[in-house]
This record gives sequence, C-alpha cells and structure tokens, in this order.
Amino acid sequence: MALFIKGVNYEYITEDLSNKSELLVSSNPVHKKVPVLIHNGNPICESLVIVQYVDEFFAGAGVPSILPADPYERAIARFWAAYVDDKFFPAMAGIVLVPTEQERVQKVKETFAAIEPLEEAFAVCSKGKAFFSGDSIGYVDLALRSLLIWIEVIRRMCGLEIISASKTPRLAAWAERFGETAAAKKVVPEADQALQYGKKLQAAASAAAASKSK
Amino acid sequence: MAGAEDLKLLGMWASPFVLRAKLALSLKGLNYEYVEEDLKNKSELLLKSNPVHNKVPVLIHNGKPVCESTVIVQYIDEAFAGTGLSLLPSDPYERALARFWAAYIDDKLLPSWTKTSRGSTEEERAEGKEQSAVAVENLEGALRECSKGKPFFGGDNPGYVDVILGGLLGWVRASEELYGINPFDPAKTPLLAAWAERFGALEAVDPVIPEVNKLVEVAKMMQAKLAAEAAGASN
Repeated sequence: MALFIKGVNYEYITEDLSNKSELLVSSNPVHKKVPVLIHNGNPICESLVIVQYVDEFFAGAGVPSILPADPYERAIARFWAAYVDDKFFPAMAGIVLVPTEQERVQKVKETFAAIEPLEEAFAVCSKGKAFFSGDSIGYVDLALRSLLIWIEVIRRMCGLEIISASKTPRLAAWAERFGETAAAKKVVPEADQALQYGKKLQAAASAAAASKSK
Repeated sequence: MAGAEDLKLLGMWASPFVLRAKLALSLKGLNYEYVEEDLKNKSELLLKSNPVHNKVPVLIHNGKPVCESTVIVQYIDEAFAGTGLSLLPSDPYERALARFWAAYIDDKLLPSWTKTSRGSTEEERAEGKEQSAVAVENLEGALRECSKGKPFFGGDNPGYVDVILGGLLGWVRASEELYGINPFDPAKTPLLAAWAERFGALEAVDPVIPEVNKLVEVAKMMQAKLAAEAAGASN
C-alpha cells in the first residue's frame, strides 16, 4: 500500500512460507519473515520500518507523505501504529491461533477491549476528516488497514464483529471509505482467499498444540 | 533553546525505558524537569497524560504528552533537530537499519531476558537463556554492521540504537551481581562488551545510569516478595 501511494513500481515475489526462498532467507537472516523490501540490492525488514523507509526515500514535491511533517503529529502516529502492532494485533491473531476455547474467549475479550482506544483515537487524529492522518491515507491508516482483512476473516470464521457500525461507528465508516480507495482496490487480497488461509493457520495451530501435549 | 519549564519527564528511577528518554535528553544537551512517579500510586498527571497505558516514561513538551520510549526518543531527535547530536542518521537506508535493530531489542532481546530471569518454569527459563544467546549474537553482528569499526552503533557518535540498548545498561550491570551472568560476555560478544564500557563511560551517560547496588537491592526485594507469595500460595 505504501509503495502504491508513492507511485513506485516494484517487482512482487510471493513466498511460500513453508518453503522459504534463498533470497528471503539471505535478505532477512534474523527473522526469515516477510515482508522484505529489497531496494538496489539493500534489504529492509519489518513492515513499519519498510513503510517509513518508503516514505522517506520516495519523498518530494507532489508526492504524498505517509507520515506528517510535524514532529508531535509524527509521535502520535508512531504511538498508535505501535499500539496496533503491540496491543491490538496479538489479541486479534490470538483468536485464530490459540488452541483452547478458554484461551480464545480471553483473546476475544482482549480484542474488543483493544479496539476501543482506536475508535477514540480516530476521532482525535482525523479531526473530522476521512483518515487517521486527515485527507489522505497515512501511517496509522496503513498499520490498521492491513489487519482489516483478518477482521473480516474472523467475522466469517467466528461470527465476531470486531469493527461494527453499532459499537465502533467511526472505524466502521473509515473501513468502508478505505475500501473504496484505489490503494485498497489494487492491493488488498480477497477475503475468500484470506479465509482459506486463516482456516489453514488455525488447523496448524491446533495440531501443534495437540502434538505438544502428547 | 528550550528552558526547563518546556520539557517534563515523568519517570521511575529504575526503569530502563525511562533511562532511554533521559539518555536522549542528556545526549542532546536538553534541560528538563524530572518527576519521579510512585507506580503504586500514579499521579493525576501521569494518568491524564498516558490514559491508554498509564505507564512511564511520558515526555511532556509544552504541555503535550509523548508516550512509549522509542517514540519519545525519535520525537526528541526530531523536535530538537538543530540541537546537539543527531540520533538517527540522515540516510534513509541507515535509518531503516537503526529502526530495525531498535525493534529487535524490544521484540526479541528484552523478552528473552525477561523469560530467563522470570520464567515460571525451569523449561521456560532454559528456553529464555537459549533465546538470549541468539539475540545477543545477532546484536553483536548488528554492532559490527552498523558501527563499521567505529565506537558506536551510530558511528563516531552515539545514535538511536545506542540509546535504545543503552537504556538497559543499569540492569545489564546489575545482572552480574544478581545472576552471575554478564549478558554482554566479553568472550562471546567482545564488541558489545567493549561498547557497554565505552557508552557507559560517556560524560552524558555515566551520571544518568542508575546505581547498580540500588538496582540490585530493588531486584532482591522483588525476588523475596515473589518467593513469599509463591510460598504462601502453596500453603
């Protein structure tokens, strides 16, 4: 999404995470994870690090900015992006990945608790405009948007509405608006595909837990 | 130039995260008012300034709060860009590397240390020890890559990663007395061991790091408390 916003062309390589390529392993020896952006042979890892790199390298007159220019607003954006990654995401991913029903109930509770500050944050950050960062898609928008597909998967798998018009009206409206943007239409994967993948992940997590407890 | 009344840091003396903020402020030569929080009885100001996490550190600049240690350090660097050292490098790729390693310290190194010392089972503590060994080895490599033979992660002068890792120095020093372990063992991670000495000796750093014997005292009190709770729980 960051690359799309900046109008940068790139070659996309799909990795089979059960059979990682030499290139992935040598580019990200520490984590062996995706995404990895390789720019002029230099690898950059960790999604938020990549987004900031893309924002800083491909900057210039007429090019949209992902992070704001003001240091205080940048601090607020980084705070909420960190919140999405450190508080919201682990709770939400846990709903799919934890092996027991009891743990799942706990994760669901945590997820619903974690979305509330984000609903409040949207009001404060957007100041009545369309996105967290105002008129155009910004850092926090990207951080949270990438998880919307999984929120949809959880809705289909478990019937849970983490973002809903009734409980989180601002985020629900934001999600719909975002879905209409060119960036989302071009880049975001299909919910059906994601659902299949989600089911695979859940099965794998259950199997791993079952074999561990034997 | 900011006067003492423009910058306020809410902290707790033993916190490595608070230390990061202090190090950044000190390295940039900035004056600020420090407020020690009693974490068992948090002030109105802290609760109001960090309603989401209720944690320290919080930097309040001209009345506006900034939370989360890595966010604070970057904010200090950017808001006071013309003052003192630049913590983040100017080249976007080097900035990306610095951010990557800062994230690594928080996401991988710190949790492995916590697991080693506070894991609830022996299996967990052993796993923590293994993970810690991998993590410091990776950091040793990072120091080699980032410093390119110079004294700091930031090169000739300390930078972002030096500050983020530097926040842990108090506890690194205390670890030897508490657990008989030097996390930066000179035999296994000579670059990190030398870095710890060098960074710790800097004029802007040395006075700011909490005293080791006080940290040891606090840790021993905590250990005793946990042991008493465990004993009480099993009665």
